[in-house]
Amino acid sequence: MLQLDKLTKRYSTGDLALKDVCLEIPNGQVVALIGPSGAGKSTLIRSINRLIEPTSGSAILDGENLTNLGSGALRRARRRMGMIFQEYALVERLSVMENVLSGRLGYVGFWRSFFRKFPQSDIDEAFRLLERVGLDRMADKRADELSGGQRQRVGIARALIQNPQLLLVDEPTASLDPKTSRQIMRLICELCNERGLSAIINIHDVALAQMFVPRVIGLKLGEVVFDGKPEDMSPEVLTEIYGEEDWEATIEKVEDEDDEAS
Amino acid sequence: MSEAITTSGRTWKKPPTISSPTLRWVLIIGTAVYLIAAFASIDVNWMRVYEGLERGKKFILAFSNPNFSDRWSAIQEGMLESIVMAVSSTTVGVLISIPIGLGAARNIAPLPIYLICRGIVALSRALHEIIVAILLVAIFGFGPMAGFLTLSFATIGFLSKLLAEEIEDIEKSQAEAIKATGPSWLQWINFGIQPQVMPRLVGLSIYRLDINFRESAILGLVGAGGIGATLNTAFDRYEFDTAAAIIIIIIAIVMALEYGSGLIRARLQ
Repeated sequence: MLQLDKLTKRYSTGDLALKDVCLEIPNGQVVALIGPSGAGKSTLIRSINRLIEPTSGSAILDGENLTNLGSGALRRARRRMGMIFQEYALVERLSVMENVLSGRLGYVGFWRSFFRKFPQSDIDEAFRLLERVGLDRMADKRADELSGGQRQRVGIARALIQNPQLLLVDEPTASLDPKTSRQIMRLICELCNERGLSAIINIHDVALAQMFVPRVIGLKLGEVVFDGKPEDMSPEVLTEIYGEEDWEATIEKVEDEDDEAS
Repeated sequence: MSEAITTSGRTWKKPPTISSPTLRWVLIIGTAVYLIAAFASIDVNWMRVYEGLERGKKFILAFSNPNFSDRWSAIQEGMLESIVMAVSSTTVGVLISIPIGLGAARNIAPLPIYLICRGIVALSRALHEIIVAILLVAIFGFGPMAGFLTLSFATIGFLSKLLAEEIEDIEKSQAEAIKATGPSWLQWINFGIQPQVMPRLVGLSIYRLDINFRESAILGLVGAGGIGATLNTAFDRYEFDTAAAIIIIIIAIVMALEYGSGLIRARLQ
């Protein structure tokens, strides 16, 4: 269970990016976080694993308050939170395998990681995950040789090998084509279900969010303005979140027609 | 369409960098006057140049007839000393530069460490090799030890600065993604930062080896060991053919290093 209590972030420039955000996400629930650019979606998920330090309020993961952990405890807590990034954020000059294994850094000592001598169990798990995301023959390719969809699959494997309880997902489909976007969203949601992970997925594409998740949270200027089922998203709700626009076409039921090719 | 017609024929010029015309012309004329005055103040004794041309010609002609044999053992000894100085000072300099470079990168170092490391870099860059060498020769006496220390010190200023700038230019997202997995600081550097700066670090180190080798030929002139001492002796004795031989060897070694570094960098990209 992840609980956010009055989580607030004010940047040093004075901009209030998050305003008293309160949320509860039970274990195993996948949530989409929608909202216009600058609404604070990225700030919200980064305030949870403290890549951004929240100004006040708290984020509590399974009873542990993440906001006041010291650096050692924060590192241990970060192992339980896998993160998937916009534009993949793979280390370009490392191989696919090294990128995946970097998800184990919190569990192995410096010299083991320096010489890339990860425990056999980690390597087994890395191969299992690469197979699961369809990249098992790519292990020794360099990350910058892969296509966008392939890179995001590596990003997913890197997050999952941490054996997390929670996935923080930042715009996973930005810069992917529509079909690859769906495949990536489906993969993330399937993996969350298989492993009973909860997830917060920041996403621009409202239709895509509706297609895959059971709960949608709308963020506007750092405040939660909608929290409900995807079916409940009416044109009024979207206007509330994004502003005036013709929303009928966006929330039309989209048939899920793509196939399993990669 | 009517708008297109009314707006045609409008002139456009790139706006000047300095918008005030007065300031612009003061700067242009001031620079010109200064340059003329500066050149006029350089005192050239043309008779002396005429006499010197003869010596210059002898020196240049010596290249068509370099003498490797007469002083070969001295050349060999000097060259070996220079190579040892260059390799050892580059190695030591690079090893010390890495932590200082990390500390001098604003995006990964806390402010106090940043200021200390930038201070070291500034000190090393403020003092020219020759000045450091003169000081170290005074302390350690003639010989390659002073040269080795000078070049190590100079390498630190050069490499730490450029490494720090390279680290400040990394792609933040890659480092952030590694940080999110919960690594120790060293693991974070090793996975999130090092891969991004490694080709540049290797390229700069080889480039510095090349600089250190060339510098070692100069440091000999102030007594800090290496081939420079041999070269200096050859000049003092007007043995231009031997000097030419030494310079040809230096050029060959520098070119070989250049070629080798190109190969290595291409493989590391």
